Amino acid sequence: MAKVLMKGNEAIGEAAIRAGCIHFFGYPITPQSEVPEYLSRRLPEVGGLYLQAESEVAASNMIYGAAGVGVRVLTTSSSPGISLMAEGLSYIAACELPCVLVNIMRAGPGLGGILPAQGDYLQATKGTGHGDFNLIVLAPASVQEAVDLMLVAFELAEKYRNPVILIGDGMIGQMMEPVEFPEVKVGEPLGPTDYALTGCKGRERRIVNSLYLDAQKLNDHNEKLKAKFELITENEQRWEYYNTEEPFDVLLTGFGMMARICKTAIDVLKGEGINIGLFRPITAKPFPYKPLRELIDRSKRVLCVEMNMGQMLLDVQFAAEGTVPIDFYGKAGGIIPSVEDVVEQLRASIAKVGGSRSGK
Amino acid sequence: MAVTEVLMAGFGGQGMLLSGKLLAYAAMEDGKEVSWLPSYGPEMRGGTANVTVCVSDDPVGSPYIIEPVALLVMNQPSLEKFGPRVKKGGLIVVNTSLIPITADRDDCTVLNIAANDVAKKAGTARAANLVMLGAYVGWSGIVDKSVTIAKIEKEFASKAKFIPANVAAFEAGYAEGEKMKGGA
Repeated sequence: MAKVLMKGNEAIGEAAIRAGCIHFFGYPITPQSEVPEYLSRRLPEVGGLYLQAESEVAASNMIYGAAGVGVRVLTTSSSPGISLMAEGLSYIAACELPCVLVNIMRAGPGLGGILPAQGDYLQATKGTGHGDFNLIVLAPASVQEAVDLMLVAFELAEKYRNPVILIGDGMIGQMMEPVEFPEVKVGEPLGPTDYALTGCKGRERRIVNSLYLDAQKLNDHNEKLKAKFELITENEQRWEYYNTEEPFDVLLTGFGMMARICKTAIDVLKGEGINIGLFRPITAKPFPYKPLRELIDRSKRVLCVEMNMGQMLLDVQFAAEGTVPIDFYGKAGGIIPSVEDVVEQLRASIAKVGGSRSGK
Repeated sequence: MAVTEVLMAGFGGQGMLLSGKLLAYAAMEDGKEVSWLPSYGPEMRGGTANVTVCVSDDPVGSPYIIEPVALLVMNQPSLEKFGPRVKKGGLIVVNTSLIPITADRDDCTVLNIAANDVAKKAGTARAANLVMLGAYVGWSGIVDKSVTIAKIEKEFASKAKFIPANVAAFEAGYAEGEKMKGGA
């Protein structure tokens, strides 16, 4: 299929349809409103359902209901809206229901601003809602990758019966890039399930519920969720190395669009004969600690750059286990660290290790 | 080819985002990698709006650009803000129908063009954004002229009566840009 030039938000909406998802519940919020706008037009065309809820709290309970009756379902929002959905998400994860969320992050905290940011990394990866549960977190760095990962998101959600969240900043939602869509299962129903509430005539009834008043049973349920996430951790890590073939002293880390800006900064320094490696997690959760550690063990110092005040930084520190110093550079509020900023920070990190090995 | 970054800026409603889109479409048709990154802040309503288009043979790295190779400006605040950032040897296209000052850069090509007047002659003053785009394409040769015109025709397909004036505006701008080609 030919490439089309498309806004990230619209491409994400189309990708969901290509993944077979024709049910959407959500509420508009900048900078992701083009997703519901696009789907409000497209879903009726493919026999699907678009419903604008009265709030994000309601939307999260609607996807809970839809997932509970065994349909493929999507919601999208931006930072404050995701916070409102947190309660519903905890219930969905507790009930082991598949669904996909997208968070096109804006600047926070609070109402914050509408400009791009990455301030919800910890929310997505460490503490989306109450209780012990884990989301699978995907972090694309281009419109094409957002499309590809939307397909992965639905596969993983159903494979593990677990909510999956795709996090991008406002840039990836608003920018246009050429994108190619796979011609796949538009509107294809979910396969047979042993949990969905489809009417119990002729079979034993099923209950979707997250209330366990018996301590032992609830403990067992937590153990089960833990074991599931260990399996996800073992099987589903994705990451990218960039410019790591040659030796380097300084390793750069970042996720999403920020990693892309980092790549250009690396290219600039490569032009001067300075070699810098990049590590980018594609699954922010499960975080690829070992693949990162392999690069850390080849470096003398790490620079972590994010559009927040230091969130993925904690995962980088965890991977490094104190073996190398880690510098951090971050901007929030909608300020995007530029290529020039990253180059300057890299020079500072290089100076601290006393020069850098040449890539030539 | 290294990446070419073009910043197009003006007031919301002047059509610079559309000009950017047409450039991106045309470059994509030419087999180039492209990105189109708009400003989408609260300033969009009645305030300034801008878009950065990157065109490259290789996948576009950072789409977020501080120092573009070319700047197309439709209002004074944008010229004052972005004019000093254009890369040495680059191009600044100034719409003198709307901007009473010019770019104070002797290390760049500065193309002063009364885009609204040129567009009016071509058939509609509303196509000033395409005069600007034409000037850039004519100067840079970054995309094929006929490919760009085909994209304009496609964009206005549902409003076919506007096609001739918009194409004429693009061509008039193109001719101005072509005259300046190679000079700095």
